[in-house]
Amino acid sequence: MTKPDNTQPVIGLEIHVELATETKMFCRCANRFGDPPNTHTCPVCIGMPGSLPVMNKKAVEYSMKVGMALNCTVPEFTKWDRKSYYYPDLPKNYQISQYDLPLTIDGHLDIPLTGGQTKRIGITRAHLEEDAGKNVHDFPAHTGVDLNRAGVPLLEIVTEPHLRSVEEVMSFARAMHRLVRWLGVSQANMEMGQMRFEPNISLWVGDPEKVFDESAGYFTPIFEVKNLNSFRSLERTCQWVIDYHQARIAEKGRGWSLADVGKQNWGFRDDLNACEFQRGKEEAHDYRYFPEPDLAPVVVDDAWRERIAKQIGELPIARKARYLDKYKISEKEADALTLDSPTGDLLDAAVAAGAEAKRCVNLMLGKGASIANERGCRIAEIRITPEQLAELAKMLAGGKVNATAADKIFAKMVETGDTPGKIAEAEGLLAIFDAGKIGEWVDQAIAKNPQAVEDVRAGGKKQKKAFGFLTGQVMQLSGGAATPAQVQKLLHEKLGG
Amino acid sequence: MSDILNLSALGLRDAIAAGEVSAAEATRDYLDAIEAMDKKVCAYNEIFAERAMGRAEEIDKKRSAGKTLGALAGVPVAVKDNICTSFGRTSCSSKILENFHAPYDATVAGKLESAGAIILGKTNMDEFAMGSSTENSAFNATRNPWDTSHVPGGSSGGSAAAVAARMCAAAVGSDTGGSIRQPAAFCGVVGLKPTYGRVSRYGLVAFGSSLDQIGPLARDVADSALLLGAIAGHDTHDSTSIDRPVPEYLASLDKPVEKLRVGLVKEFHSESLDDEIRAAVDKAVKIYRDAGAEIIEVSLPHSRVDTDEGGQLSSYAVACYYLVATAEASSNLARYDGVHYGHRTADKVGDIIELYSRSRAEGFGDEVKRRIMLGTYALSSGYYDAYYLKALKVRRLIKNDFDKAFENCDVLLCPVAPETAFKIGEKTADPLTMYLSDIYTISVNLAGIPGVSIPAGLSESGLPLAVQLLGNVFAEETLLRAARMYEMASGITRLTPEIVKEN
Repeated sequence: MTKPDNTQPVIGLEIHVELATETKMFCRCANRFGDPPNTHTCPVCIGMPGSLPVMNKKAVEYSMKVGMALNCTVPEFTKWDRKSYYYPDLPKNYQISQYDLPLTIDGHLDIPLTGGQTKRIGITRAHLEEDAGKNVHDFPAHTGVDLNRAGVPLLEIVTEPHLRSVEEVMSFARAMHRLVRWLGVSQANMEMGQMRFEPNISLWVGDPEKVFDESAGYFTPIFEVKNLNSFRSLERTCQWVIDYHQARIAEKGRGWSLADVGKQNWGFRDDLNACEFQRGKEEAHDYRYFPEPDLAPVVVDDAWRERIAKQIGELPIARKARYLDKYKISEKEADALTLDSPTGDLLDAAVAAGAEAKRCVNLMLGKGASIANERGCRIAEIRITPEQLAELAKMLAGGKVNATAADKIFAKMVETGDTPGKIAEAEGLLAIFDAGKIGEWVDQAIAKNPQAVEDVRAGGKKQKKAFGFLTGQVMQLSGGAATPAQVQKLLHEKLGG
Repeated sequence: MSDILNLSALGLRDAIAAGEVSAAEATRDYLDAIEAMDKKVCAYNEIFAERAMGRAEEIDKKRSAGKTLGALAGVPVAVKDNICTSFGRTSCSSKILENFHAPYDATVAGKLESAGAIILGKTNMDEFAMGSSTENSAFNATRNPWDTSHVPGGSSGGSAAAVAARMCAAAVGSDTGGSIRQPAAFCGVVGLKPTYGRVSRYGLVAFGSSLDQIGPLARDVADSALLLGAIAGHDTHDSTSIDRPVPEYLASLDKPVEKLRVGLVKEFHSESLDDEIRAAVDKAVKIYRDAGAEIIEVSLPHSRVDTDEGGQLSSYAVACYYLVATAEASSNLARYDGVHYGHRTADKVGDIIELYSRSRAEGFGDEVKRRIMLGTYALSSGYYDAYYLKALKVRRLIKNDFDKAFENCDVLLCPVAPETAFKIGEKTADPLTMYLSDIYTISVNLAGIPGVSIPAGLSESGLPLAVQLLGNVFAEETLLRAARMYEMASGITRLTPEIVKEN
């Protein structure tokens, strides 16, 4: 059988986000990654007989924040449920989760697509639960269990099956990653498992305009792939499963359908760069959900909802649009400045202090980004104030310092916390306005570089390059204290051209 | 029997405070009594003799140094073996937790000790509190001190027997469906199940989380009030404990409730009730009437006990309870799997599923397995609505009945159990008959209200009789005062079995 012409990937995503609260979801143990195994544990998070959970309100608020940023409704009444399954990394052999009354429901996220378009992806729900521990397979004869992660608050976001291509999946995943970091509710470090993806992938075989219309086509089996902890593995998995479905359709035709085969669980093997079968519908778990009797339901009133709404502020997509529109910066720059909210906040505050946006952006994404990169932190975290940034940008605009000096001042400013004016003066980085002094350097440069002088005077295609070279030589002689504008003016006077 | 053992907990507390008796003497006397008698009664799983003496000496030192003493200073108490203590074992009388040493104290254990109580040991129980006779203990069957061929009731049978046999001044137990009140009735002591949320459950090994509540077993009503005052209160470690002040239960105890309205539960006063128990309830009605109380007949239709043609009893409350409690239990007991907690099979196993199955098969007793299976079934996909969800609806109707009854009454009067203590082995072959021992007690847990079992004399065969008083939520003060009215008027208090007199 040949490959059918009409197939349409239909994909839904589940995204697990570990919330960056100080303490765990139901006890007061530290929520911290990377410490020696079982050092952040107590009777509650290791499920000791007799222990009882106590809800972490901060985690609930973080979840409300995400839900509201995803345009979800936060119902007045939400409760906890137990989800039962046996696994060594699950201390109680049930997980406290939310079943039929999740914290937030019915939202959407608009994702950017290439060509500047956006697409609205429905969010079914976002609910809160506790993370499990981790099985450690580092031992020759047994498996260890590290329960530091057990009980860490975990937000599960579930989308509608609205994603129609790998590109859309990736755009959604990146937008979600950016959003949770933006809101400050998670570091979303994927290597640390703080953000994990679970795509549900099926192909609609039939008219792509009529997905879900049973008279117009049918679905292949749904593949659910758990625990993908990188963008790469998510992308690879989606493409792999789509290709796999295509191949099965070609081989089995109508027999490869959801109705016949059902839902299957597959796992992604990093080493093989491929997926492998885990279990079919026959072995599906019965989680035996029932209301958690140890916890009171959560009642969310308007005042609480409003308080959280106020904390959300401008979201990254809106901010990016504003930057493109108001600050006239590039797409790439706008992206870099909207990775997290404090970085953009710094920019906005500097602009509010009277600085020119473009100059602030250049400083932040130039020296600022390189310092942040060295330190492995965000630009907003390198410790400069909006006032310092604004002052430096103004000095640049007024010609008081040149770009080289500004970088030096920036670095010094981060180091000492002094104002740029004070640093410039102390370090002798202020632009020199003494035409006589600059004239001496110009004369020296002319004397030392006869060939360049000749090229300038000769005109022609080498002139521009030679002029630039001479400017550079003078700048060097001045130790960065001259401004290119002054130097070029004098060079023109002396050499003509 | 020494005079010390004859004192109530309150009397002993006062005697120690006054310097008439030392805490060490009292503790020594109780330890001696246990030594002499527990071979016959088997109330205790473990005794902390050395630790108890040490604690008692500290109390005596504190007293001689003129320091303020707690409400239970020097009073030797027993703790049911499902309440975690950071010392000794917390076994729940189960093989699966036989060697479990909790690394922390239950809130109640901590409160008892900070009030100065001396914890003598941990008492026997039905495994994981599942049972009505303490025969389901994996270790020993506790005997009824009134007749050692009879059961002490359960599941807090060890605590009830220890109080009755003067092997502690008072005790705490837990009550999920009658597990404090029924053994108290069988052993002739006062047993109080407080309102759900009145006493912290933190550290109580869970059976049915929405039903479990810790409460006192004591020789008289005043001791019950004393203990309740010491263990009640909000606990930040238990989200289901309620943040409201704890009244001074003892302060007004002897003051009769004015214009007391006693509701007589129509459905519980049926033909099927044992004659002597019915007579005891009738006598209680008379006592209250004589004391000026108004007796009102009330109806709890959804707690009704039906009798079929073959004489078999049935009740909505029992059906509802055995769905809710077992569903919760199936989940609460999932952690005992040989990996996280509890006994692990010594057999060679092929995979982890087999390890779980074998360990659990070896570690749990029959009744526990039966309830785990019932609960797992009730929660299974496709059955949830028909069983668990329906049970929750019935539970609401049961609660509504009580709410309605308490519109017109201060307390309700009814039996505790359908019969007096039965013989050891009499009901072990038929679990359903055993379940029906709780027919008058379980709706109280489903409704979350407080209930107290009060001794009502002895039957012709010399076994304790009892009546039960129920109160509205958080109305323990009224409930205890009403119980005290009965106790004073009837003169029935601090019943002492022969076995103690012989000692």
